[in-house]
Amino acid sequence: MITDEYILSSDNLNVYYGNFQALANVSIKIKPNIVTALIGPSGCGKSTLLRCFNRMNDLIPIFSLDGSIKYKSQELYDDTTDATNIRSQIGMVFQKPNPFPKSIYNNVAFGLKINGYTGNYDEAIENSLRRAALWEEVKDRLNQTAIGLSGGQQQRLCIARALAVNPEVLLMDEPASALDPIGTLAIEELIRELAGSVTIVIVTHNMQQAARVSDETAFLMVNDNRAGYLVEHDSTDKIFTNPSEERTEAYITGRFS
Amino acid sequence: MIIVSIGCNLLQPILIFRILVKEKLNGKTDMLNNQAEFKNKIHMGLSKRRVITGKIAETAFFLCAVISIITTVGIVVSLLSQSLYFFFEVTLWEFLTGTRWAPILKPQSYGVLPLVTGTLLVSAIAALFAVPIGLATAVFLSEYAPDRVRKIAKPFLEILAGIPTVVYGYFALTFVTPKLQIILPDLIIFNALSAGLVMGLMIIPMVSSLSEDAMVSVSRSLREGAYALGATRSEVAWKVVVPAALSGIVASFILAISRAIGETMLVTIAAGATPRMSLDPLQSIQTMTAFIVQLSLGETPHGSIEYNTIFAVGLLLFVMTLSMNLIGHLIVRKWQQVDK
Amino acid sequence: MIKNILKKENYNQNLNSRYTKGKLYFTVFFTALMIAIIGLTILLFQIISQGTEMLSWTFVSSYPSRFPEKAGILSALVGSIWLMGLTGIFAVPFGIGTAVYLEEYAPKNKFTQFLEINISNLAGVPSIVYGLLGLAVFVGAMNMGRTLIAGALTMALLVMPIVILASREAIKQVPNSHREAAYALGATRWEVVRSVVLPSAIPGIMTGAILSMSRAVGEAAPVLAVSALVYLTFVPTDPFDRFTVMPIQIYNWVSRPQDGFRDLAASGIILLLVLLLSMNSIAIYIRSKYQNKSEE
Repeated sequence: MITDEYILSSDNLNVYYGNFQALANVSIKIKPNIVTALIGPSGCGKSTLLRCFNRMNDLIPIFSLDGSIKYKSQELYDDTTDATNIRSQIGMVFQKPNPFPKSIYNNVAFGLKINGYTGNYDEAIENSLRRAALWEEVKDRLNQTAIGLSGGQQQRLCIARALAVNPEVLLMDEPASALDPIGTLAIEELIRELAGSVTIVIVTHNMQQAARVSDETAFLMVNDNRAGYLVEHDSTDKIFTNPSEERTEAYITGRFS
Repeated sequence: MIIVSIGCNLLQPILIFRILVKEKLNGKTDMLNNQAEFKNKIHMGLSKRRVITGKIAETAFFLCAVISIITTVGIVVSLLSQSLYFFFEVTLWEFLTGTRWAPILKPQSYGVLPLVTGTLLVSAIAALFAVPIGLATAVFLSEYAPDRVRKIAKPFLEILAGIPTVVYGYFALTFVTPKLQIILPDLIIFNALSAGLVMGLMIIPMVSSLSEDAMVSVSRSLREGAYALGATRSEVAWKVVVPAALSGIVASFILAISRAIGETMLVTIAAGATPRMSLDPLQSIQTMTAFIVQLSLGETPHGSIEYNTIFAVGLLLFVMTLSMNLIGHLIVRKWQQVDK
Repeated sequence: MIKNILKKENYNQNLNSRYTKGKLYFTVFFTALMIAIIGLTILLFQIISQGTEMLSWTFVSSYPSRFPEKAGILSALVGSIWLMGLTGIFAVPFGIGTAVYLEEYAPKNKFTQFLEINISNLAGVPSIVYGLLGLAVFVGAMNMGRTLIAGALTMALLVMPIVILASREAIKQVPNSHREAAYALGATRWEVVRSVVLPSAIPGIMTGAILSMSRAVGEAAPVLAVSALVYLTFVPTDPFDRFTVMPIQIYNWVSRPQDGFRDLAASGIILLLVLLLSMNSIAIYIRSKYQNKSEE
């Protein structure tokens, strides 16, 4: 397996929160421009793994890791790698929509401003909102506060906000779990739309969502020490119709959750 | 465990409880016949005595709470009633717009503006000093400081807040003024500048702890959203957290200034007793509060117009601080609704 | 599919200048904190350097006099202790009662809201205004004269919000499950309060009581308005005596131009701060001791 083919990869990654090991020997390779889903029972470390990719775990003081984790060919946890820089190339959308208490326009503009965007702001903001399938709904009220939007709209706004920074990868941590079914559907359609232009890694506890939305799926589980490990990673079709591992099959068929 | 700790006046319901449990354990199946008996025993538990005691307790507690209302009413009534006599002699207009305050010396004049100017001058200096420093301290403690630093810094600030204001007055007069006189030779020994600076030091903890509360309660997910877009720590602090906490921060400014306006001993000791319509901080002035002290200590017979002047000025002071406090609390309430 | 029009080259991340800016901000904020801390240190240093000279047993046990060398703080010290005690007797029970009412009995209606707004407003009223209240009502209308009891009642009203706030916090900490267990056994509300809530909340309430009395010791303005006395050469022996307190005595000495009196003032301040420090330390000790206990 040539590493250039993969946009994100980890090799024997071990993650610790203080003395507690959250991930054990995870080696995963994410292909570019497709949607990869991370599934597994709660506590298996899917979100932890996701947050390693954009150095968000740095914000937790007791976090430490060993092993290699790379973005393209760049070692992410190297001394020469700048976390702020990485985050402008690898964006993130969170479980609970977190728009800033600013106007819709200024929410999307925030990433442009801090990253020193020199192009036309109005165009960039409209483009991002269109890509997030929100433009038609908010184009007449860009100056109104983002907090007034519905949950689903707020989440799409957060996606637009992340897209405005022009990332190559978008990490999504259970983006639809706080939304109602209609909002969820809109997000899932959006993910399929975005798939060609940006790499998406999505954590979800909803298996059917993973099956609908992703091209490849990685299944994680907890071992006896409550650390998460990678069980199987393959095309979504294969995982959900004919998985290689027995444990995968047990999870998929609902023998345990 | 809980049963043991509750105390013997609950013995009756406890006994009933035990009766019920015992009878169940003894396998008594014919509960129907015994239900009336049970009901009797249970009703016996809630005796008249207990009900009456409960009601008396409730009333007593309610009356305690009412004391706070009586206090407010008392303040308003006493200020109004005593100053009413004042306003028989001096019109409200003359009081509020006159620029010469000389209630004792002849010819008497009762324009309160010099006192108000003095108060506002000292408070403005205090605010200019305390607001930026208090806010910056709050940002530091909330966004930058590691836990160890916070644990040391916060007690310091609490000590600053707890020092009696006479001590601040002493400090202003005996240390700050002489030191300032080296840089500013025109500085008189009683002046608004020293008092204002030390007053600023005094209210820094108020600005910093209220602002910090506002910033700490900005939700973590908001910060994470900003970091995830590639923002540095300062950018997260200034462009996301401070704007999100703005109403709480502004409220802290208002409340701190209101405190400065109402402060008495510091200005009495250090700012002087010369009512003056001047904004020159190097001169001695008199604040509303210092005037009240001055006249309280003098020989002012009860019922004289000098006595009533205290209450008129006190009333103005009360109205000023009350409005500021109300506005401050309203802003906090509005912010709490928006965020949560 | 909507095409992405954003181009990589349009982003000028300027990381270095942003980081430099960030470091600048950090330095500014840290300096701000240091200004506050240094200010306090200078203040304390000044007091200690000027005040330790005169500090002696004679100082504590003599009355003030026209001669700085012979002067002492006895009358004010005893007055402060009297005032602190009497204030506590009045403020603490009624403050606790108000807190109990608000936490255990009060329905969630406009009147309760009004009560709460009222109390937080009272906390912000300048202390001299309380002095005027005391002057008009206790000294004047109720004819108590400028006595300790008038002063104590005035101070009690001033510090009651502190007792109320601390007691409310302590009562809120009592877990609801304790209350529910008692109610389930058929206890009336008063019985629940008396046997479950108050015993658990006592440490927090005591902390509030001590903090309120320590606040009362440090206040000069309202006492000035009520007692109007600055120079006193006797010790009050009952609540109906005239009195003075340490902050006022300090004020009196500070206002005198002679050098010796400034030193006296500093000594008085040291004594006052020591008293306050001990009281606050006791309060913090109680709070932490019982906080640890309840977490077991």
